[in-house]
Amino acid sequence: MARLSSPEELENFRQEILSKRDPNRPCISICAGAGCIASGADEVIEAFKAQIEKEGLTAKVDTKGTGCPGFCERGPVVVIYPEEICYLQVTAEDVPEIISHTIKEKKVVERLLFVDSVTGEKAIHESDISFYKNQERNVLCNNIKIDSKSIDDYLAIGGYSALTKVLSKMTDVEVLEEVKKSNLRGRGGAGFPAGRKWEGSRNAPEPIKYVIVNADEGDPGAFMDRALLEGNPHSILEGLIIGGYAIGSHEGYFYVRQEYPLAVENINLAIKQAQEYGLLGENILGSGFDFKVFVHQGAGAFVCGESTALMTSLEGRVGEPRPKYTRSNIKGLWGRPSVLNNVETWANVPLIINKGADWFTQIGTESSKGTKIFSLVGKITNTGLVEVPMGMTLKDIIYKIGGGIPDGKKFKAVQTGGPSGGCIPEDQLDLKVGFDELTKAGSMMGSGGMIVLDEDTCMVDVARYFINFLTDESCGKCVPCREGLRQMHRILTNITEGKGKEGDIELLEELSETAVEASLCALGKSAPNPFLSTLRYFRDEYEAHIKEKRCPALVCKELIAYHIDPDKCTACMICLRKCPADAIIGEKKKIHIVDQEKCTKCGTCFEVCPSKFGAVTKISGEPVPEPIAEEKRTITKKSKKESKKK
Amino acid sequence: MSEIQLQIDGKEVKAKEGMTLLEAAQNAGIFIPTLCHHEKLESFGGCRVCIVEVEVNGWTKLVVSCVYPVEENIIVRTRSEKVDRIRKTIIELLMAHAPDSPQLQDLAQEYGADKDRFEKNASFCIHCGLCVRYCAEVAKKNAIGFVGRGINKEISFIPEIAAKECNDCKECFPLCPTSYLQAAFVLVEALSFPSSSEHESEE
Repeated sequence: MARLSSPEELENFRQEILSKRDPNRPCISICAGAGCIASGADEVIEAFKAQIEKEGLTAKVDTKGTGCPGFCERGPVVVIYPEEICYLQVTAEDVPEIISHTIKEKKVVERLLFVDSVTGEKAIHESDISFYKNQERNVLCNNIKIDSKSIDDYLAIGGYSALTKVLSKMTDVEVLEEVKKSNLRGRGGAGFPAGRKWEGSRNAPEPIKYVIVNADEGDPGAFMDRALLEGNPHSILEGLIIGGYAIGSHEGYFYVRQEYPLAVENINLAIKQAQEYGLLGENILGSGFDFKVFVHQGAGAFVCGESTALMTSLEGRVGEPRPKYTRSNIKGLWGRPSVLNNVETWANVPLIINKGADWFTQIGTESSKGTKIFSLVGKITNTGLVEVPMGMTLKDIIYKIGGGIPDGKKFKAVQTGGPSGGCIPEDQLDLKVGFDELTKAGSMMGSGGMIVLDEDTCMVDVARYFINFLTDESCGKCVPCREGLRQMHRILTNITEGKGKEGDIELLEELSETAVEASLCALGKSAPNPFLSTLRYFRDEYEAHIKEKRCPALVCKELIAYHIDPDKCTACMICLRKCPADAIIGEKKKIHIVDQEKCTKCGTCFEVCPSKFGAVTKISGEPVPEPIAEEKRTITKKSKKESKKK
Repeated sequence: MSEIQLQIDGKEVKAKEGMTLLEAAQNAGIFIPTLCHHEKLESFGGCRVCIVEVEVNGWTKLVVSCVYPVEENIIVRTRSEKVDRIRKTIIELLMAHAPDSPQLQDLAQEYGADKDRFEKNASFCIHCGLCVRYCAEVAKKNAIGFVGRGINKEISFIPEIAAKECNDCKECFPLCPTSYLQAAFVLVEALSFPSSSEHESEE
């Protein structure tokens, strides 16, 4: 296709696309995001295509592999337009029924609908599902509407209209002022106002400037940027071009982690398409503005998400943070002014331009505007990506959207902000999510990770886990992070293994102070957070581990023992057969005993003991009861009845 | 270059724009301890021992003096309770690797650091990077580099380059605050180039 050379041409082309599309024509949208593909979405898509062909419906029905709508827990997700009927956990076997019932007879396949875990009510439309109903999806909402590999789909939903507006009707200063006015804060971790960052670069004297997308999403359990990169790459690209225009940059970069192959593929494709359409390259839409974009794949170091390490890596050197006290928007990539924003931040830019800063600032709290995408994971009924207005309480996110804690367990804490974030306990669930609010509570917004922990979680073990992750990912350049974290990890491991000593907490606090105050980069400075926040809210658990050698959550292997309650054991042999260590002594009609010497504490017996018996228990901080005397171990029907009478 | 006036440890100090706090202090005869700093090399900012307290418009913050540029009218304190405590912890952390390093022992005495506070990991190298950076920036040979990341990072001679360049140079040896550098070199020499070590023993 010939390059579009003016905003009018783009608009005409958009109308042409729309005129060929019938809004009433049935369209089957199947999530082709990484999560749903892992659950078999590819087979579902193929099955739909085959079935449609088989029934001769090819000319009447469209199928589309789309971006991730966020409800990964129930994938593969299928939405049927124009009715917007939403089916969950669809398999290839369900396809013929969906075609015959829903497409042909316009009836709903009841068994594939969402059922609310609390009310038991079924929801037909996506918008009726409690998981979606309580969200405000401004950024994520288009994922399910478009084929992420189709620029025409993006244009059909109004894509690149913000770019058109900027190039034809706004000066670079006006764009900058609009973004400043919106008070958009960086979604990558620090929450620095994007407009101010842009302004610094714009005003820097060096004429060559860069704009960069930080797509090195590395937090365990976080996948919001991935969903946008894979599902709606043009929205990020459009934001980046607008940013380039505002600060006077003609060169942009995507720094994408190579562990996201689909994201890399879709971004490269989006750039190619935009070039072909004249939305990238020289003289974009006849405006005289030139802009080109390159993709750089990160090699898997967590620290490369840190701005200066990312830029060093982009320059082709070892990805380590720079020690300099200059901001990278003044002296960044190759020593030139560089605006680095995260994926979600860039994706918000076209919305702000299209709808205006006043619209954007209506959403959110005083200091945090707009919506934020969180990846809600862990011990939560509805795992997935949720986009909510800033200021929504943690409680609403976890219970109204997330559907609460599964298996009747009790909530214990929510870990926000990625590995260097913190844990927020139950009594702070009314906390409103926002950059400053979360920091005040001892955690942080980070890039939006939200891991829900239930009562079966040991907080010391959680701290040990995250410190271990950070030790592993430390770049090793500065001493407080490299050596300090190593020692913190060792001490925390000792505590979870029952080798904790008096003074360990104080030593950990001292190492934390050194890391917070003296580390080179933001990752080192925030690395002790997992320890500091769990100590702040769960000090009693640390003390129980150290002083009583007890793990209150019954998690830490070295501090617990498995015991079979002789009054409850029916000698059913299940645990005995399943024990991989042959540590259970017994036989039919003979009450089972755990051989503590042999037991590896794998927990298999605890899991397999039928819940109607519940004979296997965990013990911590107290001696294991002596095994029942040999002569009392035999179960006769009589003795069973007697014991019941008792 | 304009002149900048600042205060270090109560003393009025003049410095040139673009200088670091460490340079300004050294020019004024004020001592700040360092481990990874070398006047011929670009600042590394790795050991963090040169950390100082800076007061800017009433706000106090901790910065590392080998990187932080001088600013007009700032107040610098090279020692304070907090600075000393952090330096002590850093020295203790490094002594888990190199308890016999004379430089570390001197610092330990000054700051009351206990060399046995943390579990030993006798890897000797404290990752100051002096050898690596000297070889790259001054000798311009790149015969030694860092390999690995984080706690697994170590220095390593590149045998192909080391065989050609190192015998006649060895300028990095006296820079090393521990004895590890020589050991690493001898190892590379012995393992990869038996002929060259024979050559040395003949001398």
